[in-house]
Amino acid sequence: MSQKAECPVCGAEIARAPDTVKSELISCKDCGSELEVVSLDPFTLAEAPQQEEDWGQ
Amino acid sequence: MKVGFLHSVLRKDEKLLLEEFDRRKNVDLVMLDDRELIFNLGKDAFSVDVALERCINHSRALHTLTLLEAAGVRCINSAKVATICGDKLLTSVALAKHHVPQPQLRVAFTEESALQAIEEIGYPVVLKPAVGSWGRLLAKVNDRDAAEAILEHKTVLGTYHHSIFYIQQYVHKRGRDVRSFVVGDECIAAIYRTSEHWITNTARGGVASHCAVTEALSDISLRAAKAVGGGIVAIDIFETADGYLVNEVNYTMEFKNSIATSGVNIPAKIVDYVLKR
Repeated sequence: MSQKAECPVCGAEIARAPDTVKSELISCKDCGSELEVVSLDPFTLAEAPQQEEDWGQ
Repeated sequence: MKVGFLHSVLRKDEKLLLEEFDRRKNVDLVMLDDRELIFNLGKDAFSVDVALERCINHSRALHTLTLLEAAGVRCINSAKVATICGDKLLTSVALAKHHVPQPQLRVAFTEESALQAIEEIGYPVVLKPAVGSWGRLLAKVNDRDAAEAILEHKTVLGTYHHSIFYIQQYVHKRGRDVRSFVVGDECIAAIYRTSEHWITNTARGGVASHCAVTEALSDISLRAAKAVGGGIVAIDIFETADGYLVNEVNYTMEFKNSIATSGVNIPAKIVDYVLKR
């Protein structure tokens, strides 16, 4: 299983934490972008969805 | 027990719930990503005993809960609770029906009637979208000039939703409000949310601190929860010289900032409740 992925915004290498789950939101430590884990194997990241009008509690 | 976990993106709150479910024996968690669901009315079959809703979009949560319940799935919270809590107007109606104290409010549908309603209450007032969250698009209206401008902007620039004018008395809350957490028949925890800004949502920078769950706080929290249909809800409460006023009730409670502050393992309480249903 690939343990590293590239930040889709800045290209930084991001290591997968052992407890990572699919659909989890994480932040890129280099550029601060909010990313979504779209796949664990291979470990793949995408920019997180933008906040929509009906988001939140 | 098979538990459906209805979600989209997984925030820290959802992660904590997943970790808590993972610690329990005999729980088979079925992940239901609202971005992947396709419903076929009358033919849907979901092999779960109960579904816990943790969507980030209110509209998807509401409709998915309705569709899951139509397919015979027991949901937490119910579609009824999501319907009421997702709409401040419906929440206020439910609170009033159950005699739960809340700030004075008016509802109007035109600029003219809304202006009249605002001046009935007296400045300042707060204009809120009936459906909205995280403190977005709230407007504290201090005088007639601001009222006229905001009402015109909402009417001209917004969708029709923004011309359902929900007008609330501004409560001087001395820099803080209370958020209490109700799970079933228990008010499990509470926090103060403090901010120099009049909007105290933690999503807008409000700082959480410990708040003791007194008998009075528990009482109003449970009454508010019951008014909207019960389940797992977070109540936003103003403290006033005349007692507590319920501001809002939230049905997909966010709690990540409140566990250490309150000293209560909120995700464990939620999971306990789900597994007992």
